[in-house]
Amino acid sequence: MLDQTKRLIRFYEEVLSMPHRQEIARELRAEDDLFMLMLYSEMIGIPNPAYYYTLELYPYMIEKFHDWHLRMGMEKSPLSGIRCC
Amino acid sequence: MSGIFVAILGILIFALGYRYYSKFLAEKIYRLDPNYVTPAHKYRDGVDFVPTNKFVLWGHHFTSVAGAAPILGPAIALYWGWLPAFLWVVLGTVFAAGVHDFGTLVVSARNKGQSIGTLADRLIGQRAKILFLFIILILLLMVNAVFAWAIANLFITYPASVIPVFIQIPLAIWIGYAVYKGKTKMLIPSLLALAVMYFAAIVSSRVNWLQIDLVSYFGGEGGAGLFGLGSISSAFLIWIIILMVYVYIASTLPVWKLLQPRDFINSHQLIVGLAILYLGLVFLNPAMGAPATNATSDVSWFPLLFITIACGAISGFHGLVSSGTSSKQLDKETDARFVGYAGAVGEGVLALIAIIAVATFFTNTDEFFAAYGSYTEANGVGLGIFVEGAANLATGIAIPPDIATTIVSVIVVSFAATTLDTSVRLLRYIIAELGSEYKVPALTKTHVATSVAVVTTAALVLIPQGPNGFGSGGYLIWPLFGTSNQLLAGISLLLISIWLKRQGRNYAVTLIPMIFLMFMTMYAMFNQVLFEWSWFGTESNMMLFVLGAIIFVFAVWIVLTSFKVMTEKNEGPINKE
Repeated sequence: MLDQTKRLIRFYEEVLSMPHRQEIARELRAEDDLFMLMLYSEMIGIPNPAYYYTLELYPYMIEKFHDWHLRMGMEKSPLSGIRCC
Repeated sequence: MSGIFVAILGILIFALGYRYYSKFLAEKIYRLDPNYVTPAHKYRDGVDFVPTNKFVLWGHHFTSVAGAAPILGPAIALYWGWLPAFLWVVLGTVFAAGVHDFGTLVVSARNKGQSIGTLADRLIGQRAKILFLFIILILLLMVNAVFAWAIANLFITYPASVIPVFIQIPLAIWIGYAVYKGKTKMLIPSLLALAVMYFAAIVSSRVNWLQIDLVSYFGGEGGAGLFGLGSISSAFLIWIIILMVYVYIASTLPVWKLLQPRDFINSHQLIVGLAILYLGLVFLNPAMGAPATNATSDVSWFPLLFITIACGAISGFHGLVSSGTSSKQLDKETDARFVGYAGAVGEGVLALIAIIAVATFFTNTDEFFAAYGSYTEANGVGLGIFVEGAANLATGIAIPPDIATTIVSVIVVSFAATTLDTSVRLLRYIIAELGSEYKVPALTKTHVATSVAVVTTAALVLIPQGPNGFGSGGYLIWPLFGTSNQLLAGISLLLISIWLKRQGRNYAVTLIPMIFLMFMTMYAMFNQVLFEWSWFGTESNMMLFVLGAIIFVFAVWIVLTSFKVMTEKNEGPINKE
């Protein structure tokens, strides 16, 4: 009985928090996208004084790069260096 | 006839519909495949595309689609007696709404989780998308005007509901922040908020000075108001201005700050409301006092009934939710049956209790005819009578009538206010989208778009010659709301039919409700636009004529284009990737 009640409450909590979790994930993604844009700012003609150092982030960025450029409205990879698609 | 019997009959038909008809749809028509990789898995991104448990998804889907509209529509349609409304809600839910909600979910899931608008673009053509935007634009404008009037009306009739409704705002903001900061889970604060609201409702029902009664501040019903308006008109003016300011602020805030926590509170109110009403019905066992049919109606039920009850029987809005969010979160394709079809049934259950609450409120037919004298009167009194009728049911579980009235009006106002907030927000997005489509960059700015949305809404509500007095401009266009909502549903059914045809399957199950719906809507529209609103009509009104004519032309256009697409040579399955 107690178990079932706990399950019910957990289920209920999940229903309630679903849209909220989604909204927070969206905000986080928007922040990440902005960060990516700053890293790739040279691409759109804004000089990036730290570009040399951002190179170190390359292995971390490369996995997310494909999704990012799709979200930014670029069908194909804008960089010849990164061949994701 | 006993109200319980009507409820049991309705629920039984819903259950049979789910058990047999939706099974037939799932196996023979939509051919759900448990192994199909749904967009939630294929495009999983943790934001929009997230595989979700089917019960959780259903809960979310149901609370998104259920609101004040499935209460308002049946409350007005009771004018023709309870039987036509009952039949349309029950059969409409089983054979039209279920098919529609389920179908849009499946088609969208089979097409990368794209929304109905985008699918229209792909299946019918590019113009269809713009037409779609325009229809939705008009639809939202009408939702705003109707609900702004309805809320102001409830505040004036039930002044005790003002404080509990306004207390909800700071409570919602508090929940939003608490949860956002990760300090707490949602269940406890939501319940706490509900307790505070209902406590406020109980206190303000009993303590006179807590009732914000603007009419009495102006010196009662005959008192002088502002700018030479009467006291009631002035009260409407003030409430509508306050609502417009609220809506402006609410719709420009991020959703997690106000809208979502309000939704959490409202989902509880929905459950509390449904439980109170059905339990009250069982304990009170009232008879259906309203007549089964109304032989003396001044406006024929055919075809107006089918557009007066939109949400609750079939509603195009559900397709937007199905294809907009739910389809992206479907874990397995077979879950679509439960989420889509049972979601429609959930709304049917709400509309059913609305019918019963209104019909059991009257003890005899004379009382009924005194309240529902004409169709225009029914438009005005419908929601108020629902509140009274629902409070009457609540007395069945020993809630005192004055407190029950306040609580029910608080529930209805909360639903209507959230709908208002959401629809102003959507209106803003659409104005911005049209702005970028037609190269008017100013319109894409948040505050410009919101101002346009709020000002046009206010202008529509404050049309001087509304049928129910000052501020009721929205009610002039309630039939237009039903029409555009049904057109949207008709177009979605058409899209599903085109999709089914291209898959080489039997598409009669979607085509028949679509033809029925389109015929009723177009017929009603044609009558109203030409014989009522045009310059030689009985109630000549240029604004309604223009709005109605635009929607009518759009509808004819979409139907003709789709007919062409339908009769074209079978192009084979469109969802081959």
